[in-house]
Order: sequence, then structure tokens, then C-alpha cells
Amino acid sequence: MSLGPLTLIILALGLAGYLIGRRRAIAQVAGDIRKLHSLPPFYGRITALLTVVPALFLIAAWLLAEPAFIETKALSLIAAEDIPAGKSAALVMADVRRVADGVARLQDSGIEIAPLLASPSALKTALNGAAIVLETEPTVSTLAAAAALRDALASSRFALSIVALLLAALGLGFALSRITPEYRARNATERFAMWLLVASSLVAVLTTVGIVGSLLFETIHFFQIYPAADFFFSTEWNPQFRGGSSLGLWPLVWGTLYVSAIALVVAVPIGLMSAIYLAEYASRTTRSWVKPAIEILAGIPTIVYGLFALITVGPLLRDYFAAPLGLGNSSSSVMTAGLVMGIMVIPFVSSLSDDIINAVPQSLRDGSLGIGATPSETIRQVVIPAALPGIVGAVLLAASRAIGETMIVVMGAGAAAKLSLNPFEAMTTVTVKIVSQLTGDTEFASPETLVAFALGLTLFTLTLALNILALIIVRKYREQYE
Amino acid sequence: MTRVSLFAQDARTKSRNAAEKRFRAYGLSAIVVALLALVWLLVSIFGNGLPAFRQTFISFPVTLDAAVLDKAGNRNVAEMAKTTTIGYAKLLATSLEAELAAKGIDLGEVKSKDLTKMISEESPATLRNRVLADPSLIGQTVQVSVLASGRIDGYYKGRVSMESAAKDKNTSPEQLALADQMQSAGVLSMQLNPGFLTMPDASDKRPEAAGLGVAIIGSLYMMVVVLVLALPIGVAASVYLEEFAPKNKFTDLIEVNIANLAAVPSIVYGILGLAIFINFAGLPQSAPIVGGLVLTLMTLPRIIIPTRAALKAVPPSIRDAALGVGASRLQTVTHHVLPLAMPGILTGTIIGLAQALGETAPLLLIGMVAFVRDFPGAPPEGLFDPAAALPVQIYNWTQRGDPGFVERASGAIIVLLVFLIAMNAIAIYFRRKFERRW
Repeated sequence: MSLGPLTLIILALGLAGYLIGRRRAIAQVAGDIRKLHSLPPFYGRITALLTVVPALFLIAAWLLAEPAFIETKALSLIAAEDIPAGKSAALVMADVRRVADGVARLQDSGIEIAPLLASPSALKTALNGAAIVLETEPTVSTLAAAAALRDALASSRFALSIVALLLAALGLGFALSRITPEYRARNATERFAMWLLVASSLVAVLTTVGIVGSLLFETIHFFQIYPAADFFFSTEWNPQFRGGSSLGLWPLVWGTLYVSAIALVVAVPIGLMSAIYLAEYASRTTRSWVKPAIEILAGIPTIVYGLFALITVGPLLRDYFAAPLGLGNSSSSVMTAGLVMGIMVIPFVSSLSDDIINAVPQSLRDGSLGIGATPSETIRQVVIPAALPGIVGAVLLAASRAIGETMIVVMGAGAAAKLSLNPFEAMTTVTVKIVSQLTGDTEFASPETLVAFALGLTLFTLTLALNILALIIVRKYREQYE
Repeated sequence: MTRVSLFAQDARTKSRNAAEKRFRAYGLSAIVVALLALVWLLVSIFGNGLPAFRQTFISFPVTLDAAVLDKAGNRNVAEMAKTTTIGYAKLLATSLEAELAAKGIDLGEVKSKDLTKMISEESPATLRNRVLADPSLIGQTVQVSVLASGRIDGYYKGRVSMESAAKDKNTSPEQLALADQMQSAGVLSMQLNPGFLTMPDASDKRPEAAGLGVAIIGSLYMMVVVLVLALPIGVAASVYLEEFAPKNKFTDLIEVNIANLAAVPSIVYGILGLAIFINFAGLPQSAPIVGGLVLTLMTLPRIIIPTRAALKAVPPSIRDAALGVGASRLQTVTHHVLPLAMPGILTGTIIGLAQALGETAPLLLIGMVAFVRDFPGAPPEGLFDPAAALPVQIYNWTQRGDPGFVERASGAIIVLLVFLIAMNAIAIYFRRKFERRW
């Protein structure tokens, strides 16, 4: 049974459970609901919950775990000599999956399968006709694996349908058997709902576990086939898809920091000065118009900034600055990406700084103005020093944002890994390389692909450290005036 | 000691006042710079993108000759399908030639092979589909309006000039001159191009035919997945943390987690999606379901944070009153607190969805960059079909060789921005309409 109908049947069982549970409770007291512990709908609700929720959880868990189980079985069927030299079993497995998928699709379109399965090359042509391209010629053992995969998938789905329906029926029966006038249905429903609430808030924890787990797992995998020392201390980045690449982290980190530094040089003065003006000088009406307008910059998707860098800022910088100054003739450069990213980061600096400047107690300003300081002297010598920790926090958050930014640098900074000081040269960043190493059909066993996970872990650690530092600074400052 | 008037400022006061003025000017100019950057960005995108909504069309009558299109003469669709697009292209070219001769336009140096090049390579396929869908058209003369090729279109949008055409093997100055004649004869004209919103992507050589149809459907599917998953989970998590969670280490752990997840770079979610959903769980690449799941995880903290703020804004007196008349804690929340917090929750959710709609980087990693021409099926099975997404389609177009795609990418950004503005406007409307001060 396919998933859609299965889910619908379970939901229908739940609805039936609600109606039966309710009616059963009323019937037990012969319609006099004052004798029930809870209102009748609660008896229906707990029945429906016990029917539907465990079965749906089972389906979700089954679907997540299923591939791991059935693929190991198929993998063991692939003969060792069918795995091309230098390629991993995972690559062959990908083909096996495509064959299994393709055969199912051919069957759906009414093509006779049996003669095709006998001749691998005919099968390949037929699959090509159905727009399924195989990396390698299917062999007898991969065909057997594909068949095993299809059978395993079919029987797994069949078993899932049976087990899920059984679980739903069990839940229904159990819930109905418990219904008596004394049964505390409301409390049971609420306890159940509470568990659902807890489970929902655990999704956040699970996400973190998933991120850290997958990054760590693949990074360890990477360091098993590529020396960690070379990754951390080499200054050369030169991936070769035939092996023998040098994958040094430093050119990428340098590019990332360079772009982020330019972005902050643009964003911090502009953001900070506009925050000061808005908080201290601007009239109420100016503020109510200008603040949202600046915040629009934060709501624009980064792909828009990327295109802006690519078609407007890049050529402009190249034609009017880099080329006349003899600094290079590439339209994608550190300067392009940094400038555009600076524009993007302005609202992060200005909004947070604005909040923090507003949080400085008015008494400090009044004291300073009262002894004769001008407003600007008050701001520079009293308000800013008082707000400094918070402003530093805002800048750090902006920096973490700039370091993790992807689209602007992918489209504006270039792809060449270089350690250079010239801001008009194309350089690359950690995020750009994560994208370029992981897009396209790649094998998940080569160091060239796995390095992306090590880069991801580096990026995650770096931004997390900046965020935590910023949070600590901001929190400490908040306590000062509360 | 010299006496000075109180009304004349001394040098020190003057310099202090000047410093004050300068400081104000810095602040003002910072704001002006920020706003100018915004204006520059929008002008650049709109200036480049608006032409994408208009397209050059060539209109002329075509005689659908049965001898060419249906050799057997029995109107059998399967047999008619044997006539390939090349046959239709020839038909279009001869019809256009006849039309030009009728209008008295001299082809000059342009050969009829070049005339074919002035028509988009997509047009024969479109005509073929039209004929196969309605075989009764055969033998009739129908008025068609076909896309002009990307170069001709570029000529009217200022991308192609006589000089650049001379160096271009895909067009020639003679073709452009002929196009001018066709325009004055009314055969060729610029019209609104609804196909930009409805057609699927087209290959590298046919920028004039590329559209956003598949991308809009793909993005829509993903948004539905995000809404269906992130809203209930986000609200449930917020309700737990705000209303029920005991103050202990475990609750702190969840809270710190959510705060950190909100600041994790989006590309990291892409890596997560690739590792968990595609490699481990074996879900298909470039499917809206995977994109939706990744964006759900990314959007969750962005929904939880405003939802908690909205719950916190409901005064405790409401809860006290409900508990006082005998409601249970869960009833208090579901009957009173949640309905009162709903406008705030919906506002936060819509803004979270808008952010998810514009997100690109994680989708690149889960294979949404693939070239997809087929529309995905109806949900729920369609969620597993390959599809594109709006922001990734934009990125995809910027990576193509033909300069016509830059205009397409900017046009697609206008579409994306229109969606975002609409979503934010709804959010602001909700906030204005239902905002309550206690």
C-alpha cells in the first residue's frame, strides 16, 4: 500500500475512534453525562490520539531507517569485481538504485521487463530512453542487487502497512477498553498533549544533534583519508578530481576574513552612525519612516545581492577602479563581494545598536547635557561608552552573519583560492568551496567531496563561537542597567 | 584680560558647535548612504529585469500542410508525432517567407535558412504540441505568434547592436535590418510575455523561451511543506517553553539550542539536508520535499522566537481568570492564550516563510540546481518529483552563457520580490488589524 492511502486510512481510523469513544462513554452512563469524570469529547480525543499518533510516528521512523537496512542487503550482493578500480561501492549502489527505480518506471509505462533483465545493454538503452542515465554498464550482480532492492523495498512497504495498521488498531482497542465513567479522560488527553509539546521542542535539539553529528561524522571520515595536518597548515588549495589534491584551509579562511573585513568596514560606520542619528537626533516621524526602510535591506534575499554584485557592482568596480589603477581586470573580486555584503549587513548593525543606545538610561544623558556638554559630546563621551559592550556584540553578530553568507560570495567573489592582499583580485571563501565541492553528481567517498564537511564544521564552529561571544557580551551589558 | 560679549561665541565654543554640526551631518549622511544603496539596488534590478516581461513576437499566418504534417493522411496522432520539430521549423520558415513576400518586404541578403534562425528554436516545438493536441487544425491556415530568437529580441532591448551582430555567428546586421522592416510592416512586435511566468526553463541556447513555471510550482510546494510542518511544531515548542516548561537545565538546553540555531549559517542546513535526508534517508535529490524539510528546520527557530514573544505579550490576568473558573492549564492555553496570541504568531510565521522563500544556499546543496523542464505532479506524490525553486532558478540563469539570461534572472528577482512584498504586506496587515495593547 502506498503512503498516501495508508495515512488516510489511519486518519479515518482516528476519526472513527473519536466518534466511537465518545459514544461509548455516553452509553456507559446511559446518557447522563454528569456521571462521567470528563466531558464526552475528551473520551473521543484520547481514543483518536492513541490510534493516530503512534502509527504516524512509526511510519516516519520506518521511512527514515528503511534505506539503511535494505541497502546493506543489496550492497552485499554486488560482486567485488563489479566495483571499478578507484571507485567506491557507493557509486555502484547509486546505479543500483537508479536501475531499481527505472525498472519500476518502465513497468509502469507498460514495457515488457523480462527480456530487458536478461541483457544488461538492452536495459541500459531502455533506461536511457526513460531519461535515466547510468554511470556504468549494469552487470549481472548489479542487476541482482537492483532486483533485491526492489523486492526488499516492496516487502518493507508491505510490512510497514501491516504493522502500522495493526498498531493503529491496537491503540484503538486499548483506548476503548479503558473507557469507564471513572476514567480520567481529560487528564490522560492533557498528559498525551504535553508529551507532544515536549517532542516538538525536542526537534530543535535534534536539529543541533543532526548538524553536529553529520558534520563530525563526515569530517572524521575525511581525516581518515586525508592528513589533518595538511588541511590545517597547508596554504595551497588545489582540488583534483583524479586524486592527489592539496586541500589547505588557509586560502579559504583568508578570503572569508578579507571579504568579511571589507563588509564590516562598510557596514559598521554607516550602521552605527545611522543608529546614533535615529536614536538621538531624528524626529519621531523621520524615525518611523527611515528605520523600516533601512530594515528592508535585511529582508531582501541574498540572491538579490548576489545578482547586484554580479551585474552592477562588479563591472562598475572593474571599469572605474581596478582597470584604471592597474589592479586587475576581474569583475568578481573581494572588493565587489565585500562592498555588497557591507550593504546587506548595515541593518544588522544599525537595528541592534539602535536598541542598545535606546536602552542607555536617560539620566546619563541628562547629567551630561546638564553640565554643559553638546549633544555630540554627550553621545561620544557618555552614551557610546555606556553602550559599547552592546555595540561590540552587534558588530560580532554582523561579523558572524558575513562569514556564513554564501550567495553574495558565490556570485561576487570568484572561485580562485589565493592568498593575496589585492582587494580587486578574485578570491574565494569557505562557503563558496562548500557549494562547489558538493554540487553536481559527486561521490561521497573522495577527499575532494568530504572536505566540504570539514569546511562546514570549521564554518559552524567559527560562527557559533562569534555568536556565543556576542550573546555573552550583550547579556552582561543588559544586566548592568536592569 | 580682554572682555568679550556674551553674544559673540569664543573660538572654543565655535569649534565645539562646529563639531556638533559635523557629527549630525555624519549621522545624516550615513542614513542617506544606506538609503541610496537600497535605491541603487532596486533600480539596478528593476532596470535590468523589467524587459523580461515583454518579448518580441513574430505574427504571421501558417498553412498547416497535411502533406508535411500528416503523411498518412489519417490524423493518427501517433503517426503524426513522427514529424519532428525540424519539419515544423521548415513550415514556419516558408510561411514567414510567403508572408514577407505578400507584404512586399525584400529579404535582401537574408537566406531562408537565416530566416529560421530569427525564430526561436522553441517555437516549432510549441506549434507541434499545438497540432498534436488538436489534429483538426491540419489543412487550415492559422495565425501564429511565435517568439523571435534571443538575438532579435536583444536588439529591441538594447543588448545587441549592429556592430555586435556583425561579429556574432548567431545573427547578422542583415537579419536585424530585416527585423526592422518586419516591425514597420507590423509582422514583428513587442508584447507582454505571460510565458515568462508559466513556461518551464529552457536550454542554454533559448533564453527567449525560458520561464519560471516549474520554479514557482517548486517554491510553492516547499512553502506548503514548511507551513504544514513548521507552524504546528513551532507553536507547540513555543507553548511548551513559554507556558509549561519547568525551570531546569533541560529547558535551558533547549532554549540555548534554539537561540544558536537561529544564527547558524543557512548553508550548514544544506549540508545537514544532504547528509541526513539524501544520503542517509535516501530521499530523491532536487525534490521539493527535501527542500521543504531543510527549510522547515531552518525556519523553526525563526517562528519560535516571535511566537514566544506573542505568548509572553498575553497578560497573566487572562490566564489567572481562566484557571480561576476551573480550566485546566492546557485548556487555558488552547482556549484563551493561543487565540489572543494568534495575530502575533501568524505575523511571525509569514515573515519566517518569506525568509525561507528567498533562501538559496541550502537548496544548492540538495541538488535543486538541476535542469528541470517537467512540471512536478500533484501533491503528495509530486513532492517527490524533481523541481526547481525560484531563488535557485535565478542563480542557475546567472551561470548560463547567453547574455539574455541576465535579463531573465533580474526579471525572476522581480517576481520573487513581488511575492515577498505581498507576504510582508499581509503580515503588516495582520499586525495592524489585530494588534492589541493591554
